[in-house]
Amino acid sequence: MRLSEGQVWLLIAALVAITALTKAVGPALVGGRELPRWAGGVIGAMAPALLAALVVTAVLSDGPRLTVGADTVGVAVATLLLVLRVPLVAAATVAVVVTAVLRAVT
Amino acid sequence: MPADHPPLDRAGLVRGVRLGVPYALVSFALSLSFGVLAVQAGFTVLQAIVTSGLVFAGSAQFAALSILAGGGSPAAALSAATLMHSRFLAMGVALAPSLPGGPVRRAVEGQAVVDSSWALANRGDGTFDRALMLGTTAPQYVAWLLGTVVGALAGDLLGDVERYGLDALFPTFFVGILLAELRRPRARVAAALGAVVALALVPVAPAGVPVLAAAAAALVGLGVDPGGARRTDDRAGEGG
Repeated sequence: MRLSEGQVWLLIAALVAITALTKAVGPALVGGRELPRWAGGVIGAMAPALLAALVVTAVLSDGPRLTVGADTVGVAVATLLLVLRVPLVAAATVAVVVTAVLRAVT
Repeated sequence: MPADHPPLDRAGLVRGVRLGVPYALVSFALSLSFGVLAVQAGFTVLQAIVTSGLVFAGSAQFAALSILAGGGSPAAALSAATLMHSRFLAMGVALAPSLPGGPVRRAVEGQAVVDSSWALANRGDGTFDRALMLGTTAPQYVAWLLGTVVGALAGDLLGDVERYGLDALFPTFFVGILLAELRRPRARVAAALGAVVALALVPVAPAGVPVLAAAAAALVGLGVDPGGARRTDDRAGEGG
């Protein structure tokens, strides 16, 4: 679905409000206290769960279809480089170049 | 909480700015791709720039954008961004005692938190170097905004940018953040579960829902952690 310009502005306003709120709540309200242990555990696991989901859906799906494309290969090569401790900026450059070259030749 | 905090330590601020510069390079590249992809997804150039200027959170911006670009609803995009933001709750709680003044002032200074500045300013003893945090954030903010301006204008001018491979940038950056996270066993379980849930739902669920549903994998955080509460809290803010 393509959003109208007004809908995008509404979404941006909501994003801004949510961001300001989540960053403000800790310092303003809970200063000096600790989160309950269960909350810390769930919040700590939230980023890896969502990041992994974002990565796999970004590189392995196209709409409702599971696909393998040039970007899948580019990100896979970059992941290998990152595991081998190549710096992030270098690995990201490789990802872009591999993806662009594969798209150019296929 | 003492109200008489010392004034902002100028040396710490300068040290923070220096520490922030390498991260600013990464911010620039990442926000450039955000600008390009946002314009492709239907944002105007101004909307892409306003988003980066006022939200200034890569993981949440890309979460929302990739759901929109995939055809998901604004509600799904907002929900994913909100879940991604939840780590700021934990980071803010940890940071609070190191911020001066009353609740309003602390809430305002808390806006300066980004993942890298929070981590670098963490002294490891429960306190944070406030000047260093503000200094580290500053160059990253400038770079984040500049990158978005360049990316949005380029995306607007170049038309179809897929052939330049820029869509491979943000997944690679997220893999980089993930690999750092995966040193924790429970993060490995959460990441694996999140990936499996999302992929399994892609063919059957509406766009955006697979990523949202993957958040349920974070419930593994409820499990008993042999490392205890302190380690859990230390880790809470390391996310993307």
